[in-house]
Amino acid sequence: MFRNQYDTDVTTWSPTGRLFQVEYAMEAVKQGSAAIGLRSRSHVVLASVNKAQSELSSHQRKIFKVDDHIGVAIAGLTADGRVLSRYMRSESINHSFTYESPLPVGRLVVRLADKAQVCTQRSWKRPYGVGLLVGGLDESGAHLYYNCPSGNYFEYQAFAIGSRSQAAKTYLERRFKSFNESSREDLIKDAILAIRETLQGETLKSSLCTVSVLGVDEPFHFLDQESIQKVIDTFEKVPEEEEDGGEAEAEAAAAPAEQGGAGDQDVAPMEM
Amino acid sequence: MTFTIPIDNGDALKNAETDSQRTLYPYVTGTSIVAIKYKDGVLMASDMGGSYGSTLRYKNIERVKAIGKHSLLGASGEISDFQEILRYLDELVLNDNMWDDGNSLGPKEVHNYLTRVMYNRRNKFNPLWNTLVLGGVKNGQSYLGMVSMIGVSFEDNHVATGFGNHLARPILRDEWHADLSFEDGVKLLEKCMRVLLYRDRSAINKLQIAKITEEGVTVSQPYSLKTFWEFQAFHNPTAGAQGSW
Repeated sequence: MFRNQYDTDVTTWSPTGRLFQVEYAMEAVKQGSAAIGLRSRSHVVLASVNKAQSELSSHQRKIFKVDDHIGVAIAGLTADGRVLSRYMRSESINHSFTYESPLPVGRLVVRLADKAQVCTQRSWKRPYGVGLLVGGLDESGAHLYYNCPSGNYFEYQAFAIGSRSQAAKTYLERRFKSFNESSREDLIKDAILAIRETLQGETLKSSLCTVSVLGVDEPFHFLDQESIQKVIDTFEKVPEEEEDGGEAEAEAAAAPAEQGGAGDQDVAPMEM
Repeated sequence: MTFTIPIDNGDALKNAETDSQRTLYPYVTGTSIVAIKYKDGVLMASDMGGSYGSTLRYKNIERVKAIGKHSLLGASGEISDFQEILRYLDELVLNDNMWDDGNSLGPKEVHNYLTRVMYNRRNKFNPLWNTLVLGGVKNGQSYLGMVSMIGVSFEDNHVATGFGNHLARPILRDEWHADLSFEDGVKLLEKCMRVLLYRDRSAINKLQIAKITEEGVTVSQPYSLKTFWEFQAFHNPTAGAQGSW
């Protein structure tokens, strides 16, 4: 993508019918570290890669509990993700208060999408720079949705977003047909294996990933490090020596839209 | 009964205006509703009378209405407030249908929504002067609950409003049991309604029984109960009267 005369304003169409600012916002999602979601008939698993800015800092949280029956994993501008998670929690709890009943995921996702759409049609706003994988359970079963900065949303059996998510998607594409009938344990294992794909050769350790589960009779919760390590141990036979520290993953971060195109090798401070 | 909030802004005229906006007393009222859970769902009975104080002015008021696919709402108290509530619920059900997804409002959700509405109105000293009975079936689960005009809300296997609480519920406590058949349920409700007919001066002998099951709602045509007035004490009622009292 190169700079052009139609990309300054979100409210300016290009002659080919594109809104470049919205597309640049979607680029921001690709720069964040990977987040993965998969679902079976009864469970949804969300997993993410733990990326810390430096050895001195802790990693940013990318998975949030919205309610007992809904969780969200984000990729892109974490600050935007945090704000949207707060909105989702608010909507969910307001519904619970009025109706004493869990908010159907499909309805939450539409409200989220409408909120994102507003930012694509106001000259004084900018699109949210975060992609959200919303996993939840309602009357009609388990669901996984992906919400885009463009205001679109899609339902998936399994999906991955963020940097090197293509590797995870390739893995998931091979196996997604069996997910609907998967057991909870197999689903978790597949999520961790998909995470491993995004690490591109680096050894998979439980400290590098966060995994969360929700399902019928199982409210949203995170798996502890021990449980994750146990699953890893079932398929990582010989722990290899690490060549470099976990932080050495080079992520090509897009500079802010004004400078156009990807090229800088350093991580933008606001993105994870 | 008067609800007056002392407003001292020194403007008596303005006070009068705002006072007339709040519900102070009921005008046209419906009497008891009696409802029970039975084997396939919920049965709800009410008469069709609307009283204007002590006058039985209206004799064709339907006080039980279907709400969405899964619920039945019965109301006693101010009829115009009941109609207002039906308008709120109409909008609620409309918006629910407009989502056009696989979800729909069940009786539990409607009951809780009504509880919030009634309680909020009570907090503003402007109540909807009704006691509401909400029954329904969704996904095989029967639900029966009640909300009062001050926002008191609960669920039970059998509920009644107004005089029904004093006359019908003792009968239900003795004779209700789980898995009543439709016929037994109707007989039980008719027994309660007959007692109310004899003893509640606002009751009339024209009642409807509504049924809700997984399949949907049916409201019966109005009919009347057989009553018996040939008690000995009713013959020559003045027999024992001596003197002026």
